[in-house]
Amino acid sequence: MAKLTYLEAIRQAQFDEMQRDPTVFLMGEDLVCNVFGTATGLVEAFGTERVRDTPISENGFIGAAAGAAMVGTRPIVDATISSFLYPAMDQIISIIAKSRYIYGGQARLPLVIRSCMFYGNSNAAQHSDRPYSMFMNVPGLKIIVPSNAYDALGLLRAAIRDDNPVLCFEDSTCWSGKMDVPEDPDFMIPLGCGDIKQEGSDISIIAIAGGVPLAMKAAKKLAKDGISAEVIDPRSLVPLDIALILQSVRKTGRAIVVDPAHQNCSAASEISAQIVEHAFDALRGPILRVATADTHLPFSPDIEKPLYPTVDRIIAAASQLVRSDTRMKA
Amino acid sequence: MTDISNSNALEKLRRMLRIRHFETVAEAIHAKGEIPGALHTYAGQEASGVGTCIVLRNDDYMVGTHRSHGHPIAKGAALRPLMAELLGKATGICKGKGGSMHLSDFSVGSLGETSIVGSGVPVAAGAGLGSKLLGNDRVTLCFFGDGATGEGAFHEGMNLAAVWKLPVIFCCENNGYAVSTPSSAGVPVKHMTDRAKAYDMPSAQVDGQDVDAVEAVMAEAVARARSGGGPTFIETLTYRYADHAVNMGRVLLDRGDEVDEWKKRDPIDLYRARLLDSGVAADVLARIEDEVSAEVADALQFARDSAYPTQAEAFDDVFVDRLPIPAFVQI
Repeated sequence: MAKLTYLEAIRQAQFDEMQRDPTVFLMGEDLVCNVFGTATGLVEAFGTERVRDTPISENGFIGAAAGAAMVGTRPIVDATISSFLYPAMDQIISIIAKSRYIYGGQARLPLVIRSCMFYGNSNAAQHSDRPYSMFMNVPGLKIIVPSNAYDALGLLRAAIRDDNPVLCFEDSTCWSGKMDVPEDPDFMIPLGCGDIKQEGSDISIIAIAGGVPLAMKAAKKLAKDGISAEVIDPRSLVPLDIALILQSVRKTGRAIVVDPAHQNCSAASEISAQIVEHAFDALRGPILRVATADTHLPFSPDIEKPLYPTVDRIIAAASQLVRSDTRMKA
Repeated sequence: MTDISNSNALEKLRRMLRIRHFETVAEAIHAKGEIPGALHTYAGQEASGVGTCIVLRNDDYMVGTHRSHGHPIAKGAALRPLMAELLGKATGICKGKGGSMHLSDFSVGSLGETSIVGSGVPVAAGAGLGSKLLGNDRVTLCFFGDGATGEGAFHEGMNLAAVWKLPVIFCCENNGYAVSTPSSAGVPVKHMTDRAKAYDMPSAQVDGQDVDAVEAVMAEAVARARSGGGPTFIETLTYRYADHAVNMGRVLLDRGDEVDEWKKRDPIDLYRARLLDSGVAADVLARIEDEVSAEVADALQFARDSAYPTQAEAFDDVFVDRLPIPAFVQI
């Protein structure tokens, strides 16, 4: 076992895969200067051909990843901050997501687009996005949202070896957490396998990315009030481990979905809808979403922070569900 | 007597004729509703596609556009799967998922014919990057129109190819119009080749109705790309005979006598005359034309005899592996 931070785990997955497979290469803005610390030592190990700084040209180099993947390489694009995916929406949606389908299975696009969700730090609305749910609306893209170092290592390694395009959304609020991770270079977490982060019996808290550590803290406090919360981390949103979520909800009869994305059409919305469609009979109350309010993120810290999911908001939602259920019974 | 089977000269004629006959048939059956959706024909531009593709190897790559019928045929694709695709059949080259705007045969090196204008340019740069990283000597040909040169994707792809010296040939098929908007209203430079100057990229403007002239500039560009000399921009001055798409029920733009003027320099007529002048017998050319006619008729018969895809196939090829897709509710 080695102890790694989330960022070190990402670096490790990239290093190991580049070492293992000469067709894997990394490109993005400011990699050589190692802007976020996920490329430590990679240039020294693999050179600037395979660890390639790009011009500021997201639609260009993300589209180039598609072309490079189609001819037999396995690109990892480091798109740095997730807002920078927007200039490349054309390539991501019209080329990367659709090429295999449009050409009847002739194209193969094994590529990973990594980006971080850099929110909660007074970077204002254009640098604070959590956009994974937008991409869930596009068939053809796998989406992973690791919430800790262990998952980041296992999921990213599986993503790099996946023959489909995978978007990896890295939550900056999880960056500093250190964890034991397996040293086996083939350790992987299959995409589509959620994880029970904590078992419980009264309420299911399905939490995404940075929502997971918040849910764990909330679960601890709820336990003191006699509420036993089960925390589920889907880990990948496409494919989604709906079976694990439904199994938990069938056990507890109550569900909250914690999602750092904006609430409207969020991952939480989709998960809630699927619970209602498949486990309505098991529900003892409404499903509550604890997501980010549908306004933009302001610069000023005191008015920015309360807009995201917080431990207190999760506790309030859980308490409300359990209490209202008691009243219903009485 | 010319050896037909080994003659590059006759192969150019054969491929141009294949495109022309294929589209003549397609347009006629589209008018009767046998081909669904929009049909953007390439007729008039055959020398541009064939003059460039004839220089390429089978394992070289090609990225194209919504005006996609000519490119795969120019690169040597078989006609049966292409015609079946137009009819939306399961035996189509894209299994009936792509249709007229996406005739792309990966077995001849195609990497897609994309219907978002300009979006193939970064893909072509990426294919070039892939070849460079893999250490092979394959080159990538990227087709787009004059209208695409106003797209950001065009400039970003050109920039990457230039700054990384990638083995890519950018072929701007300048047919004078972006749908209905004349180039003069959408492009501030007089020549498309001026676009390349901003990227310090070698460029050439060529008569796009003259297949030999196109082949000559392409040969130079391919030699440069294959030997590590980086990308080239080629502008083929050409013309599409039909409106933006055919059988639309109305004319988007009345181009007056201009069409007839261009037809006087029809690329196939020009080339046929040149072959005759250089001593190829008329009956040789007639035989090629008959063979191509028969090939197209055979492709149409194959397409007509083929089955449509089943509803279940609408769920195939979203991913390489078959992920469960939640069933949609039918009311």
